[in-house]
Amino acid sequence: MSALSRVVRSGVGRRRVPGVVIGLATMMAVAASLLGGTLLAASGAPFDDAFRRAHGAHLSVQFDAARVDAGQVRASARAADAVAFAGPFRTATVTPRTDDGTPGWPMTVAGRARPGGGADRVTLTNGRWVARPGEIVLSADSALLPVLGMRLDFPGLPDGPEVEVVGVARSVTGTADAWVVPAQMQALTGGGAGGYQMHYRFADADTGAGTEARIAAGRRAVTAGAGAGAVTGERSWLTVRKAVERDTALYVPFLLAFGLLGLVMSVLVVGNVVAAAVGTATRRIGILKAVGFTPSQVVRAYVAQALAPAAVGTLLGVLVGHLLAVPVLAETAEVHGGTALAVTPWIDAVVIGGALGLVAVTAWAGAWRAGRLRTVDALALGGAARPGRGRAVAQLAGRLPLTRPVTLGLARPFARPGRALAMGTAIVFGSAAVTFTLGLGASLGKVLEAKAHDVADVVVEAPPAELGPHGPKPREEPVADPADVAAVVAARPGTARHYSSVKARATVAGTAGVTEVVAFTGDASWGGYTMVDGRWIAGPGEAVVPTGFLSTTGTRLGDTVTLNGLGEPVTVRVVGEVLDTRNDGMEVFTDAATLTGAPLDPAETTQHIEVTSGTDAASYAAQLDEALAPLGVTARADGDDRDSSMALTLGALSATLTLMLVLVAGLGVLNGVVLDTRERVRELGVYKALGMTPRQTITTVVASVLVTGLAAGGVGVPLGLRLHGAIVPAMGRGAGLRLPASVLDVYAAPQLAALGLGGLVIAVLGALLPAGWAARARTAVALRAE
Amino acid sequence: MTAPVIELREVSRRYGEGPPALDAVSLTVRAGEAVAVVGPSGSGKSTLLNLVAGLDRPDGGSVTVDGVRVDGLGEAAAARHRRDRIGMVFQFFNLLDDLTVTDNVVLPAQLAGMARPEAFRRAKELLEVLGVDRHADALPGRLSGGERQRVAVARALMNRPPLLLADEPTGALDSASGQEVAGLLAQLHAEGQTVVVVTHDLALARACTTRTVRLVDGRVAADGATEGTGGTTEGTDGAAAGAGADGATTAARADGSGSGSAVERTR
Repeated sequence: MSALSRVVRSGVGRRRVPGVVIGLATMMAVAASLLGGTLLAASGAPFDDAFRRAHGAHLSVQFDAARVDAGQVRASARAADAVAFAGPFRTATVTPRTDDGTPGWPMTVAGRARPGGGADRVTLTNGRWVARPGEIVLSADSALLPVLGMRLDFPGLPDGPEVEVVGVARSVTGTADAWVVPAQMQALTGGGAGGYQMHYRFADADTGAGTEARIAAGRRAVTAGAGAGAVTGERSWLTVRKAVERDTALYVPFLLAFGLLGLVMSVLVVGNVVAAAVGTATRRIGILKAVGFTPSQVVRAYVAQALAPAAVGTLLGVLVGHLLAVPVLAETAEVHGGTALAVTPWIDAVVIGGALGLVAVTAWAGAWRAGRLRTVDALALGGAARPGRGRAVAQLAGRLPLTRPVTLGLARPFARPGRALAMGTAIVFGSAAVTFTLGLGASLGKVLEAKAHDVADVVVEAPPAELGPHGPKPREEPVADPADVAAVVAARPGTARHYSSVKARATVAGTAGVTEVVAFTGDASWGGYTMVDGRWIAGPGEAVVPTGFLSTTGTRLGDTVTLNGLGEPVTVRVVGEVLDTRNDGMEVFTDAATLTGAPLDPAETTQHIEVTSGTDAASYAAQLDEALAPLGVTARADGDDRDSSMALTLGALSATLTLMLVLVAGLGVLNGVVLDTRERVRELGVYKALGMTPRQTITTVVASVLVTGLAAGGVGVPLGLRLHGAIVPAMGRGAGLRLPASVLDVYAAPQLAALGLGGLVIAVLGALLPAGWAARARTAVALRAE
Repeated sequence: MTAPVIELREVSRRYGEGPPALDAVSLTVRAGEAVAVVGPSGSGKSTLLNLVAGLDRPDGGSVTVDGVRVDGLGEAAAARHRRDRIGMVFQFFNLLDDLTVTDNVVLPAQLAGMARPEAFRRAKELLEVLGVDRHADALPGRLSGGERQRVAVARALMNRPPLLLADEPTGALDSASGQEVAGLLAQLHAEGQTVVVVTHDLALARACTTRTVRLVDGRVAADGATEGTGGTTEGTDGAAAGAGADGATTAARADGSGSGSAVERTR
C-alpha cells in the first residue's frame, strides 16, 4: 500500500460522520437526477421505437365523404408533399352490441384491406387481419374488451350487419378503434356518407425542431386542397407522443428539482466537510508535509477522502434510481411492447461523471488551502486556539433573562459564522424540501378532489349492473325515469339543492377513442367543478371541457365542437375550461337540453344532493334510499375515498426524497456540531470543571444551533413556496393540465409557521447526538493543554 | 484535629495496558491544610487531582471529599459536587476568551442557579479582594498572566467551596507573577481555606503549603512537612501549620496585592 493510500484510508476511517453525510447526499443527488434524466429520455423511447417500426403517420386527416371523393383525398398526399401515405380509407362511427346483448360505446371503424402500407402500419397483436365482409379487427385500446370469436351487431344500423372479431391490432397513433374490409363499409355507414381517413408521412418530421412546423405545413396544404368544410378532424403524431409521455412527464419537473437540490446539497456538504477536515487537521497536514508529502499529494489525499464515500453514495444512487425508474416506466413500455428495463447508458454516465466530478472539484477547492499551507505554519497553527469572534453577541446573550447554559450556546453561531452558514444552508434545503413536499401533496389532493367532483353530500344512482364476460350484463329490470327520481328528491325535507347528471359516450371527429359527455339537469356549478378559464355553462348548446380536451382536439374557448354518436351530430360551443383528468381529459360537460336527440340511459343518471345545514347526510341518505326503493335506484352519503396510484407514487417518491434531504440536513448539522464540540473541547471542559452538569452541557450544545435552525427555517420555507409555485404548474403542464390558483394556494398561515419551526426541529435533532457525546466526554485532559 | 476534607483509600487508576497512574494510594487532607502534591511527570499528580474533582473515576479504592463518596457519583452528581465543593485553578487559567472577566467569574454561580444580582455582587467583591476589579469588564486576553490567574482564583472561590484545587497554578507565569499567585494562595490558606496544589515548583510549594506529598510512579513516596516551612506531616497538630502560613502571608503583603482582612472577605 502506498503512503498516500494509507493516509487516505486512515483519514476515511477517522471521519465516519462526514463520510456518511457525503455518501448520503451524493446518493440522493444521483438517484433523483438519474430517475429524472431517465424518465426524461426514456419515457418517449418505447413509443418512438413503435412509431418507427410501424411507419407511423405524422399526420392523419379525417374528411367528410359527403364533400370530397376518394380521388381528391388521394391527391392531397401530393399536395402536402408527403413522402409516404396510406389511404384513403372509408370511416364510420358505429355503436356495436356484443352477442350477449351488452351495449357498447361508439367507435370509429376504418375500412382497410391490409394492415400494412406506406404509413400507419397496423400491428396485429392477436388473431389475423380481416379477409372478407363479416369480419372485424378490434384495436387493443378499444373500449370494447377484444375477444377473438366474439360477434358484434349494430342495432342502430339498417339491415342489421353482423361481424365476428378475428384479430386484435393496434395503430401506433390510434387512428381507429376497429378495422373491416373496405367492402364492409357500405353496410357500416348505414346509408350516410361517413368519412375518409388519410395518413401522411413527411420527410425529416421524425426529429428536429422543424417537426411541428412541417406537420402544420402539411395540414395547411391538405386543408387548402380539399376545400372548405371537407376536413372534419386531424391528428398529429406529436399530440399522441405527448399523451404517451404524459404519465412520466408529470414526474420529471419535481425529480429534476430534487436532483438539483441534491446536487447543491452534495456540493455544500462536501465543501464543508473537506474545508472542516482541512481546518481541523492543519497539524496533521503539517506532519505529512514535514515527513515529505508534496503539496499535490496532500491535496490528492483530501480529495480522495471525499471521493471514497461519494463513490459509494453514487453507486447506491444509481441502483436506487434505476429501481425507482422501473415501476414508473413499466406502464409506457408495456403498452408499446418495449422493454421495461430502462437503462440509458449515456444518462448513467453523465450523472455518475457529473456527481463525482462535482465532488472532486469541490473537495479540490477545499483542500487547495492545505496544499499551499507552509509546513511551519501548519505545525504552529495546529495547536493554537483561534481568536474568538462574535464577542459582542456573546456578551449580549449573557444579559438575556435565560439560564446561562442556554445563553452560552445561543451566541455560538456568531463565533463561527462560516460553519453556522454551512449548517444553516443544509437546514434551508431540508425545510424547503419539506415545505415543497407538503404543498405538492396538498395540491395533488386538490386535483384529485376537483377530479372526483364529490362535493355533494348524497348521491342517488342505479345499482351497478352485474358483470358478464364482456362487461356489464343487460339489466333485467328497467331503471326509473330520472325525472321521477328528481321529483322524489326535490320533495324530501332536508334537500337544499340538487342536480342530476347523465353520462353518454360520443366521438369527436379526428380523434379516436371515446369522449365522455356529461349532461346536467339543474345547476351543477356548485358540484365541485374547478374552473381554469372561461365560465360555467349557462344554457343548452354550451359546454365546458377539460384542458386535455382542448389540447387533443386543438380547440379554444369560443370554438364549436361536433360530437358524433349521440343519435345525431351535436354541436356545442366551448365556454369554459375545467380541471379534470378523467378519461385523459376527453370529457364534455353540457346541459341535458343540448342532447335532446340522444338516447340517454337512465341507469347512467346520478342525482347529486346537498342537504340543508343541520341535516345528517347519512340518515338523510338512508331515508331517501327507502323512499326510492320502488324506483330501482339507491341513495348513499357520498364520502368515498378515491385514491390514485399516480398520486400515491408521487407522494411516496417525494416523501422518500424529502426524507433523504432532511436526513442529509440533519447529518450536516450533526457533522457541524461534532466539529464544533471537538474544537470547543477545552471550553466544554472548563464548564464541566466549574460544575456544568451533563444536562446543562446538552442544553448549551443544542442551544448553539437554535439561532441557525430558526433562521434557516425562515429562509427555507419561502424557498419551498417558490419551488412549489414553479414545479407544480410545470408538473401540471407535463400532465396536460392547467392548474387554477385554488390548486396552487395550499399553504395556510399557521401551517407555514409550523413549517418555519421545522428548521429548528432539524437543527435540534441533528445536534442532540453530538450534544450527548459532548456531555459524556471526559475533558480532564483538554484542560491541561494550552 | 479538624475533619478530613479529602480521604483517599487504596485508590488505583490505570489507563490502558500501561503501568498504573495511581497504585493503591491512601491520603487524608484535613480542613484548613495546605498540601503540595509534587512529583515528576507521569507520577500521577494530575490523576489524583482529577479523581478528587470527580473528573475521572478510580478503578479501585474510594475517594471521599467533604464526607461524600465521589468515586461512585454519576456525571450529573459529579458536576454538582464540583460546583458545590471544589474550586479549580489551572496552569493555563482556562478562562473563556470571549467572556468578560466578570462573566467568567459569575459562571459557576450561574450554573448553580444563583440569582443574578447576588452572583454579580459576589463577583464584584471577589475581584476587589483579589485586586483585579479594574478589569471587571475587560476580556481575559487583555490581562497579564498573574492577573488572569487571579481572575481564575476568583472564579474558583465563587461558590465558596470547602476545597481549592490548583493544578500548576504558576506553571505559565513569569517568576514575579508566580510569587504573586503563591502569596495569594498562602493568604487563602491563612484564612482557613483548604488548598491542594499540584506542582513541579518546589518554591511554590514552600511559599504556600505546609505539607508536601511526593508521588513517584503512582505511589506516595514521601509525605511530610514542606521543606523550609516547619510544616507538619499528616495528623500533626493544625496549630503548627500556622507558622508557615504566616511567612506566606507576609510574602503576599509584600507584593501589595491585598490585605489579610480583605482575604477574609472571600470566605
